[in-house]
Amino acid sequence: MINTEVRPDGIAVLVWDMPDRSANVLNEASIAAFVEAVNAAVTDPDVKGIILASAKSDFIAGADLEMLQGFADGDVLPAEEFYAYSLEGDGLNATLRRMETSGKPVVAAITGTALGGGFELCLACHHRVVLDAPSIRLGLPEATLGLLPATGGTQRLGRMLGWRKAADLLLSGARLTAQKALSLGLVDEILDQNALLEAGVTGPAVEREAVIAAAAQWIHANPDARQPWDKRGFTLPGGGYYDPVGLGDSTALITKVFVSTQGNVPAQKAILTCLHDGLLASMDAGLRVECREFYGLLADPTAGNMIRSLFFNMQRARKLERRPKSVDVRKFEKVGVLGAGMMGAGIALVTAQSGAQVVLLDRSMDYASKGKAYSEKVLQKSVQRGKLSASAREEVLSRILPTSDYTDLEGCDLVVEAVFEDRAIKADVTQKSEAVIRPDAVFGTNTSTLPITGLAEASSRPEQFIGLHFFSPVDRMDLVEIICGTETSETTLAQALDYVAQIGKTPIIVNDHRGFYTSRVFGTYTHEGAALLLEGKPPALIENVARMTGMPVPPLALLDEISLDLVLTVRRQTQADLGSAFEKMPLDDISALFVDELGRLGRKSGKGFYEYDDGGKRLWPGLAEHFPVGPMNDDMVDEIKQRLLYIQALETARCFDEGVITDAGDADIGAILGWGFPAYTGGPLSLIDTVGVDRFVRECDALAQKYGARFQPPASLRTMAERGETFHPRGAAKSAA
Amino acid sequence: MSDAYIYDAVRTPRGRGNAKGALNGVTPATLGASVLNALKQRLDLDTSDVDDVVFGCVSPTEEQGGDIGRISVLMSDFDWSVSGIQLHRHCASGLDGCNFAAALVGSGQADFAVGGGVESMSRVPMGAGGSAWIGDPDVAMRTYFAPQGVGADLIATMNGFSRLDVDQYAVESQQLAAEAWQEERFAKSIIPIVDKNGVTVLDKDEHMRPGTTLDVLAKLPSSFAGVGRDVGYDRLSAMRYPGVEAIDHVHTAGNSSGIVDGASAVLFGSLAAGEKIGRKPRARVRAFATTGTDPHIMLTGPTPAAQKALKRAGMTASDIDIFELNEAFASVVLLFMREMGIERDCINVNGGAIALGHPLGATGGMILGTVLDELERRDAETGLINMCVGQGQGIATIIERV
Repeated sequence: MINTEVRPDGIAVLVWDMPDRSANVLNEASIAAFVEAVNAAVTDPDVKGIILASAKSDFIAGADLEMLQGFADGDVLPAEEFYAYSLEGDGLNATLRRMETSGKPVVAAITGTALGGGFELCLACHHRVVLDAPSIRLGLPEATLGLLPATGGTQRLGRMLGWRKAADLLLSGARLTAQKALSLGLVDEILDQNALLEAGVTGPAVEREAVIAAAAQWIHANPDARQPWDKRGFTLPGGGYYDPVGLGDSTALITKVFVSTQGNVPAQKAILTCLHDGLLASMDAGLRVECREFYGLLADPTAGNMIRSLFFNMQRARKLERRPKSVDVRKFEKVGVLGAGMMGAGIALVTAQSGAQVVLLDRSMDYASKGKAYSEKVLQKSVQRGKLSASAREEVLSRILPTSDYTDLEGCDLVVEAVFEDRAIKADVTQKSEAVIRPDAVFGTNTSTLPITGLAEASSRPEQFIGLHFFSPVDRMDLVEIICGTETSETTLAQALDYVAQIGKTPIIVNDHRGFYTSRVFGTYTHEGAALLLEGKPPALIENVARMTGMPVPPLALLDEISLDLVLTVRRQTQADLGSAFEKMPLDDISALFVDELGRLGRKSGKGFYEYDDGGKRLWPGLAEHFPVGPMNDDMVDEIKQRLLYIQALETARCFDEGVITDAGDADIGAILGWGFPAYTGGPLSLIDTVGVDRFVRECDALAQKYGARFQPPASLRTMAERGETFHPRGAAKSAA
Repeated sequence: MSDAYIYDAVRTPRGRGNAKGALNGVTPATLGASVLNALKQRLDLDTSDVDDVVFGCVSPTEEQGGDIGRISVLMSDFDWSVSGIQLHRHCASGLDGCNFAAALVGSGQADFAVGGGVESMSRVPMGAGGSAWIGDPDVAMRTYFAPQGVGADLIATMNGFSRLDVDQYAVESQQLAAEAWQEERFAKSIIPIVDKNGVTVLDKDEHMRPGTTLDVLAKLPSSFAGVGRDVGYDRLSAMRYPGVEAIDHVHTAGNSSGIVDGASAVLFGSLAAGEKIGRKPRARVRAFATTGTDPHIMLTGPTPAAQKALKRAGMTASDIDIFELNEAFASVVLLFMREMGIERDCINVNGGAIALGHPLGATGGMILGTVLDELERRDAETGLINMCVGQGQGIATIIERV
């Protein structure tokens, strides 16, 4: 596990090399082994200095997330015992503290990615030498999973960089290159991989020796190394916290964190607390503060929900865990994109970036070229930001052929259709392209609302027809909702997943139903916003409380962005399709009023629920006349919050009930990535689990009493409540990972 | 519990609280000593009869730190047997100094006690003392910390006070203060600051702009729109008061209290102690009270504090001849007038901090003296002094001539 080699010059090299794992991680076994190795090196009188190294390509990837998820699922010691486990005796924090105050110089010889707990071990060293390889990332990304670095990371980073810079890195969870880490002062020395290569140093083992040699050199030059914070007269770099300048900056930082999270993400606040409470105390007291705050995060459901959805289930989706295994992996060489509007243009870009040739087809060459111009614009920005070379830009652009000629689609092994949401047009382009493309080509249709099975009727090969619902802007939105029609084959599904993986996006798999999963559930949020308005809730209150739930855009502002005429068109189409089965929603009357009578279409017409001018937007005062404000009460804020989130969670449960979506993990990440459902909840089904199915059902029943049948839970949810079931079984992530 | 009586009240002129202010070169210890010396001289006081000096100070750090109350005693001609204390309740500190001194007397634990306060805002800037309220994330988030100006703007927004309303109020404050100076209404209490060589440093309030018009005020930029937008306090307010769509940032340097330097001292004593030295009291303390309110909007405390004090005194608002509410921000006074049903002609009748300035820890003692002078000038009986206070508090004191 940890191989200690005491070299002739008196330096003990502790090499991390966990058996049966591709990467080193911190778990109970490896921590125990490491503690033993450190204790031995510290107490061995022949050891003059210590180097931490790794035999893997990564240095140490971080803490074992299964262990952390287990903690978050309640598999954790009582607080007092947890403190002792970390801070006393052979606890990891106690051991690192012994290591850094032992009087023996300790250096991290970092030859691979060191993140989270792995990088925290490096911070507890007196000196850090890094191999500057392009793939190496360093940092403390715990915040991205609702946690904080609990192995001294907040305290050491804060004392090394000052609280301002430390806060930036800790709150964002940034992963830095070696160069960037050096410039920020997180590491002390970097060895350029290219320079080593020129000096004849090739291969990981020799590179590692070179880094260890540099580490050893530092040890010999600094025989009595001590951490800055253990030296007399230490002051925090970057100035004090409570002087007028510090106070101005700290209030700005606190306010920024508070409003950007709306107080919903405990880890973001806890990181600030670690810096404030801990940095103004001794190192030992600071470690205790950090441990206390970390324990608080484990006791809260947020971290467990975030780890499950943002890490485990995201990983499962991206690794295509649900892909039919029997089908060979297909790489797409030539892809046709039909329709060069906003969606088509974005799909063309990401497809070309994946290495495929793209035929971007529209009614005229002019339209098609405009679609390609989008790629030019986006790529040019990347070049300007130094993220892409000019030649790489040209290479990607050369792969996009704008055309209006269907014969150019010849040889395509995939077509993604992204024309108007109109059945006749879609049918027409389907037939025209199927006449040209390969017989085994997959036909993907990008629609957000029209049922796939119906669209497939226009296809001569419905088993090769599948829905690929992209989100706008395509190059920035990570999700693709894959919709299987009745006829869609397993092979087609597998190959559609291959395509999504090829363009580096995250797929969820859903079944064919009006609105599929994402559009259907998301629609309930705007409808609920409309219902609140109709009931006489003050518009500003609706919007602000929606923000407080963590939804990225409040419902009335969102409707203005979508535009009310589009809402009306879709609803009227739905009504025409469903006939007597059509259920009227609150938004139907409002959108009719706004479009037909008031001519307020939304942002694009400069007026909707809001009035728009150069100075920004303000709610339209006329709303008061059409939707008189009713009586207010103290519980209103909490109830509106509840309604806006529950209506979405409930609709997700219905989708689950109806088989529209069959994987709870997909449901959660689809919501987070697709429409910005607040990540701190873990997603709509995680939210129900967290509330408790039983309580959720009871609260929905109460809401149904007050506000109507749309809050009525499905029978399956009642059954789950009775049986004490949950959507995500406890510890499910462990077995799944 | 016996009554506490007011024997005298003095204050320094208010110097502009910046590098160009006349009092910028005068230390807080000198300011504090000056008002104590004035009490001694005016009453020919044997200061060994005084038990304690209770001085408010809002930035009790640097040269105002380490108990500016006792330092003022030591620097004055007071007998060193007089103890001194500094206390802090934000803007209320000076009035609290008076109330605590009155409480010492009223509880029989002092024969004479001095209340008041010291603040040199030009030498020890606002905020120099730091605060967990602002810097500790647990405290700041729990209380939705925002600067008080954001709360003042929020009060204006929620109550429909327009920029014109607050500017109009500010113009009146300037006019009334100018008239008061013209008619020498402050002369009774003002102690000119004289340096070691007998040269007068300042003998008049320095912050006033008597010619101020609505046009001039209308041109001033909003003081808090910038931080509201850039720091995010507006979005923070939306979390606390989600019914408010957007804050109308109406307050400017022209309709908010001025930053100034100064000190105040008020001598409280029992009736018996006064008789012993052959002095008659000028007024009696009827009641005082403090209260806590929402710390985010922060400045809504004056009404509940006034009501609490009135109730304690067995009085109603109509029993009060003149009100004096510190003009921290115009909207605070407009709200108090609306909530209490007070007409403009019986509140802040000689202007207030918008024109004269608000030397934080000293202000309470200053405006108590102003009310006392005005009651005597009008031959009226009762006055209520109150203030809005940081962290969501209010304070009120009712005095009555004897």
